[in-house]
Amino acid sequence: MPLPSVLEKTKMVENKNMPLDVKLSPKDFVTDQDIRWCPGCGDYSILKQVQTVLPELGLKREEIVFISGIGCSSRFPYYMETFGMHSIHGRATAIASGLKATRPELSVWIVTGDGDALSIGGNHLIHLLRRNFDVNILLFNNEIYGLTKGQYSPTSPEGKITKSTPLGSLDHPFNPLALCLGADGTFIARSMDRDPVHLREILKRANQHKGTSLVEIYQNCNVFNDGAFELFTEKSTKKLETIFVEQGQPLLFGEHKEKGIKLDGFKPVVVELKDVSANDLWIHNESDPLKASLLSRFFDSSSYLGHLPRPFGVFFVQDRPSYESQMANQIEEAIKSKGEGDLDALLKGKNTWTI
Amino acid sequence: MSKSHEIKKNVVILFGGDSGDGIQLTGSQFTNTAALFGNDISTFPNFPAEIRAPQGTLAGVSGFQLHFGSVELYTPGDACEVLVVMNAAALKTNIKQLKPGGIIIANTDGFDNKNLKLAKYPDGVNPLKDGSLEKFKVTEMDVSKLTKTCLADSGLGTKEIDRSKNMFVLGFLYWMYNRSLESTIDFLKEQFKKRPELIDANIKVLKAGYNFGDTTETPMMRYQVEPAPMEKGVYRNMIGNQATALGLIAAAKKSGLDLFYGSYPITPASDILHELSKHKNFGIKTFQAEDEIAAISSAIGASFGGNLGVTASSGPGIALKGEAIGLALMLELPLLIINVQRGGPSTGLPTKTEQADLLQAMYGRNGESPVPIVAASSPSDCFDAVFEACRIAIEHMTPVFFLSDGFIANGSEPWKFPQSADLPVIKAKFAKAPEKAQEKYLPYKRDERLVRDWAIPGTKGLEHRLGGLEKENETGNISYDPDNHEFMVKIRAERIERISHYIPLQQIDNGKEKGKLLVVGWGSTYGSIKTAVKECIAEGMEVSHIHIRYLHPFPKNLGEILSRFDTVLIPEMNNGQLIKIIRDRFLIDAVGLNKIKGMPFTTSEIKSRMLELLKK
Repeated sequence: MPLPSVLEKTKMVENKNMPLDVKLSPKDFVTDQDIRWCPGCGDYSILKQVQTVLPELGLKREEIVFISGIGCSSRFPYYMETFGMHSIHGRATAIASGLKATRPELSVWIVTGDGDALSIGGNHLIHLLRRNFDVNILLFNNEIYGLTKGQYSPTSPEGKITKSTPLGSLDHPFNPLALCLGADGTFIARSMDRDPVHLREILKRANQHKGTSLVEIYQNCNVFNDGAFELFTEKSTKKLETIFVEQGQPLLFGEHKEKGIKLDGFKPVVVELKDVSANDLWIHNESDPLKASLLSRFFDSSSYLGHLPRPFGVFFVQDRPSYESQMANQIEEAIKSKGEGDLDALLKGKNTWTI
Repeated sequence: MSKSHEIKKNVVILFGGDSGDGIQLTGSQFTNTAALFGNDISTFPNFPAEIRAPQGTLAGVSGFQLHFGSVELYTPGDACEVLVVMNAAALKTNIKQLKPGGIIIANTDGFDNKNLKLAKYPDGVNPLKDGSLEKFKVTEMDVSKLTKTCLADSGLGTKEIDRSKNMFVLGFLYWMYNRSLESTIDFLKEQFKKRPELIDANIKVLKAGYNFGDTTETPMMRYQVEPAPMEKGVYRNMIGNQATALGLIAAAKKSGLDLFYGSYPITPASDILHELSKHKNFGIKTFQAEDEIAAISSAIGASFGGNLGVTASSGPGIALKGEAIGLALMLELPLLIINVQRGGPSTGLPTKTEQADLLQAMYGRNGESPVPIVAASSPSDCFDAVFEACRIAIEHMTPVFFLSDGFIANGSEPWKFPQSADLPVIKAKFAKAPEKAQEKYLPYKRDERLVRDWAIPGTKGLEHRLGGLEKENETGNISYDPDNHEFMVKIRAERIERISHYIPLQQIDNGKEKGKLLVVGWGSTYGSIKTAVKECIAEGMEVSHIHIRYLHPFPKNLGEILSRFDTVLIPEMNNGQLIKIIRDRFLIDAVGLNKIKGMPFTTSEIKSRMLELLKK
């Protein structure tokens, strides 16, 4: 008798006494563990938005897996009533790759931070993106090392004074979205902890995308790097310093959306809407890699681009077959052309002799 | 001149040439032909780390040692009777391996001034002409020229013609040992099926080599090596890394699990990846990761998902995997870590063999982190040993080390392959959801073996979190409680120790239950120790041999066996690693014999140490 496959086994162990699927609510995703993040940490909001969005995605709880590395953000799986793994520093992306390769039907979420994803785990991140496994990466960026108590991170600005850089950091920071676009990520987006509505929207979009979805989430570390993103989150400055991009819509910002971005050749320039027609503005197109690349460069003020508002939203989406689907195809093709593997034939090989 | 056939019990041929000369191919073709004929065989390929070291230099010499015979063989032989050299460098490198009176077959084209200079012979010195090879029988032939003449009308380019010269040598050796060309002809047809002109050319040269022996006045006798009296059955030739790959496939099949193999290329482990990736029709998923850490991490992810997760590397790569091995141990998930050992430390000697990673497997992680270790003792034994390693990993929910090394990974021998029905079934224990919905699933609840269940994603009611942080027993919740930590460290040690109840007792390979001298080996030293002990026993000495496959935990009766001998000798291709563990564990004053030359032990090296100890 052929042995059952893993999936058949999964069905076999499923208990028939369990209640039929009822509509899940956010509290179905809450675990009995005390949350140990510092009071006021931006992670609380992100956790809440994830727990709020999940019931709306039509997934079964047992099909969801959260995998994290090390860092404050990486405690996340302990607080999610799903399958989860709190792994080792920087490797969540690699672990998730192996899981998704072998269990494509699962919904796999990676929770990571700027140190975990971009420093110690930088290599795995770029390779995951180019391979395009269908997983969601939530990259909590707080521009600091929180769990080790306040050293600069690969996204900290140059000159940052921290415990390990009393005279200022010499490191030039990563621009995470430019990096991920460079690695040919197929879904690149940015949101923030303090805009729950926007974050939930982006999480849903990330889930929909078939391929690796990378969501950078600006997250405030109120203990070691308080206010790192306050330009983008505080009422007094948010409207002038941020720009929320939407597919097919012109790039508008300002107190009353009175400003826009226009492209002067390849150079984005800030214009007053009263001076130009909205049709002349940069219209956001998620499928344009060059525009996405330019958008990712709305970063720290540069002498070339000048000061620009920081974009949030989905920068780029591309349809590209996922690694796991191609892997499954290869196996299917191999079986088609050679027949299902026969262990006895394999052990025997082509050249034998009898004694 | 008449050419009679002298009967030989066993012969060692050493093929030597440039790494571009096709030496490995020539050697493996002769091996297959000898095996198909029914000889026992043992081979030792020995090649430089550089893919194409400068042509003609000493650094570029590639070797293939083949021992075949009508008697049972366990080693590739201490020294050779026939040395085939394609150039001066190959002669210089290998001449010390040739027995006095041995045969040298030299390609004279490889002894021109340029080649002699590259081999660093003094100006004007040609070993073929200065009488320095007097104690050997030298047969010179201008292989390059003969091949060129043979293929003059083939329309092939100079390079392609030159490349087939190894077939001339092979044909000549087939003549010498009275072998059929058939299996090599079949191989050539398969190998070049897209280039029929190369099939014809190679076959022509192969036959020319054979006929050269037949028609020329070669001052040399022909030899007959009869089939070996091996156990009845059907055999095939098996290379170590190939056996490892087949063992993994078999273990996956017999456990009903899908095999996931995450690996990063490294010598001498890469051939396992190559072999597995050929068999995707078994549902095998091979993943060439971006680095060693990703390789093992992806395998951990696959194991978490209910697959047989496997990763392989050699010493330097294993060093990189250390932290992830610790994670797998904390997660208590099945994982197989293969180390095809090579000379170390650091990059060390990538293409040479060594057994110096035993302590790395045993202790090479932070914290108290015991991992079972299983080692293979010969090329074909890789199959059984890796199958066992998988069984322990799956049935005991733990990462397991499987140790092989460059010697057995590339070496080959006849293998009486098993039938899949005769292989034991491996039983994975998957968790069942709690009876009642409100009951909480306890991921670290253990059975009498202290093994937890495997709760894989997708199973309703089993949602749980695992992690590398210290955890409370049963619930798996994070715990910093001091007593709990001590308890968990001890339970992780105990559950590995208990595996000793589920492995076979240590057998005595050869010799009596007690006596004067016990030789204790592990891994690829098996053949040399086996032969040395066999010879000593035949000479009436009171010696025995045990070979330890289960290095952690040890078989339950090991200490008792050791205590029955006056002296315990532990030969190892390292500076003394198993001996440290044995001394520590059993408080016995074992004696070491250590060779750290990147080369396997010869039988005589082991035998002479045994004789010394017996004299005392």
